[in-house]
Amino acid sequence: MSTTVGARELVEAFQEVPTSLRLELLLEYADALPELPARYADHPELLERVEECQSPVYLFVELDTHRNVKVFLTAPEEAPTTKGFASLLHKCLNNEPAQDVLSFDESFVDNLGITELVSPLRIRGLHGMLARIKRQVNEKML
Amino acid sequence: MPYPIETNPDFSSYAHPEALVSTKWVEENLGQKGLVLVECDEDILLYSTGHIAGAIKIDWHTELNHPDNRDYIDGEAMANLLSAKGINRDDTIVLYGDKSNWWATYAMWVFKLFGHQDIRIMNGGRAKWIEEGRELTKEVQCREQTNYPVIERDDSTIRAFKDDVIAHFGKPMIDVRSLPEYTGEKLHMPDYPNEGASRGGHIPSARSVPWGKAVKEDQTFRPIEELNQIYRVDAGISDASDVIAYCRIGERSSHTWFVLSYLLGIPKVRNYDGSWTEWGSSVRVPIAKGEEPGSVPVSF
Repeated sequence: MSTTVGARELVEAFQEVPTSLRLELLLEYADALPELPARYADHPELLERVEECQSPVYLFVELDTHRNVKVFLTAPEEAPTTKGFASLLHKCLNNEPAQDVLSFDESFVDNLGITELVSPLRIRGLHGMLARIKRQVNEKML
Repeated sequence: MPYPIETNPDFSSYAHPEALVSTKWVEENLGQKGLVLVECDEDILLYSTGHIAGAIKIDWHTELNHPDNRDYIDGEAMANLLSAKGINRDDTIVLYGDKSNWWATYAMWVFKLFGHQDIRIMNGGRAKWIEEGRELTKEVQCREQTNYPVIERDDSTIRAFKDDVIAHFGKPMIDVRSLPEYTGEKLHMPDYPNEGASRGGHIPSARSVPWGKAVKEDQTFRPIEELNQIYRVDAGISDASDVIAYCRIGERSSHTWFVLSYLLGIPKVRNYDGSWTEWGSSVRVPIAKGEEPGSVPVSF
């Protein structure tokens, strides 16, 4: 199991603020999720629906020539928690080597200190997104 | 003195029109003394993205649930919570939220366990307010601390436990989940992950009436004639009925509890908050599968 610079920074950022402000921080990340590039925004059929999420969340993964992972995620504005989780994963995994993404230790979620603030359903949604990202990376490495 | 009720012809056919307010009425009454606007959403970050001016937030997950036990907070914790939120016992609470007021009615049901008298639901909820172009703000207004009294939670009137459900066999029960959950094809809501029931299906004899049937596309409640058709004619509920509603954890069924109690005026409606996550994991309780309600268990 491995971690990434992005994941370490996230854990630090969340641990630095008191519990009461962690949801606000998650919201800041929700706002920071990059928009989909036109090639996906115009072709939603290319994206995979994350069935584990309560809201319509879609994602797609690309590998560049160096086998670094590009992650594309989209979530609706009216589901800011889910969008925040998508953004956390984007920060953790985008531009990371495929091997590191595959062995990414998802227990980083527990270290953010937000599991008591959001319902277990949401946390499972996040794990669902991660599982699908890993699966797509696996498929593209063949 | 209770806050004046809205006179609205759209509500007049409901059994308790005083339990509803319109978005327009809320906008006209913003900031009035004795009126507290409370937002309760499924997505607990939504409030922070923008809410109605002066509204406070209730977090159903962290604030209404007991931190350790699978239960709601007790009277003392509720008194502390509502005091900190700046709510008085005689204030009129107007609740609204996302997803057709699903969570707003859930918060109302929990508040009613403590007997808060005057609670109203903003018809159409958050989505209708936004759709109509009404303003939202990110500014969080702090209300002055109040001294809400400690009221012992009453679990006997509108709440049902598993044993109550067993004793209830032979009387009407409504399963408000989606059809695939009811039939047993799925253990959980479509698009939602499984939250811990080990068996699929429904409580034998419970009728399937998915909660969302009670609302229109604009998320407001259906007119009384349509509600009567759905619940009285199709599901066989009458004023004399003693009804228990359930879903997965008791939140969707709070919505149906509101519809039956306040819009149709059925006097005895209880919400089984243990719902499928308890029943579907319990040892030796009977379970029915498929689209038919199934018969009342005789030897149980």
